[in-house]
Amino acid sequence: MNIDWNAFTPGSALAGGLLIGLASAWLILMNGRVAGISGILGGLLNNERGNRAWQLAFTLGLLAGPGIWSLFHALPTIEIRASYPVLIAAGLLVGIGTRYAAGCTSGHGVCGLSRLSPRSLAATMTFMFGGFATVYVVRHLLGA
Amino acid sequence: MNKATFSAFIAGLIFSFGLLLSGMANPEKVLGFLDLFGAWDPSLMLVMGGAIAVGLPAFALARKRETAVLGGTIQLPGKRALDKRLILGSLAFGIGWGLAGFCPGPGIVASGALEPGALVFAVAMIAGMLGFRLLERRAS
Repeated sequence: MNIDWNAFTPGSALAGGLLIGLASAWLILMNGRVAGISGILGGLLNNERGNRAWQLAFTLGLLAGPGIWSLFHALPTIEIRASYPVLIAAGLLVGIGTRYAAGCTSGHGVCGLSRLSPRSLAATMTFMFGGFATVYVVRHLLGA
Repeated sequence: MNKATFSAFIAGLIFSFGLLLSGMANPEKVLGFLDLFGAWDPSLMLVMGGAIAVGLPAFALARKRETAVLGGTIQLPGKRALDKRLILGSLAFGIGWGLAGFCPGPGIVASGALEPGALVFAVAMIAGMLGFRLLERRAS
């Protein structure tokens, strides 16, 4: 294994992680709901009456983040190298896959592992494997 | 807007800041983490570690309480089955994540930054979620 020390940003990664944990803690303790993004988006698409307001508010918070951030500070880099066809294929896979798995990086990865759920651990190990394998194939076998 | 709705907005906002600060909202950074066999950037291990360090005590507390601070019951997932849907769904998600470097939260946050590529990803992701709904309806 070859670590890219120049790209390694332990301080901001840890601080950002703490904020993500804080937001998840806030939502479960204040609202009694799990901060799983794919579940929240799926819930909005299902138009569930009792959940609509908080799900919409949480999603608007996610969307408003960059705008509010940029009032105080320059936005961090968001570099997207994938072409539109790849982004479309990726979006379809992420959309269908997270709904079948009933969770994504937030619902299974953060909240599920925090609950010590074996089901979420299995999901997290599987999507991490999928991500590692895909990048290996794309970057090292296909050389893209 | 009632208190619970405002609270959910604040949670979403803090989540968004966390994704931006940590580098998770930057697909190139995420792909650097997923490139285990290239020049590997381990930063995202710390994102997960930091999030779970706060999440562990919070969910332990949530399990002991019955009601949320702002009212209503605390709803924790009850499913335990390790089934085909969980594994194949997670695998498809992982492949999509590895293709573009976006998972759902960062896709929405980067869309909020009006990044064209993120908007394309987010629209496709929502189409995928609608596709899941159609398949589920047909199956039932």
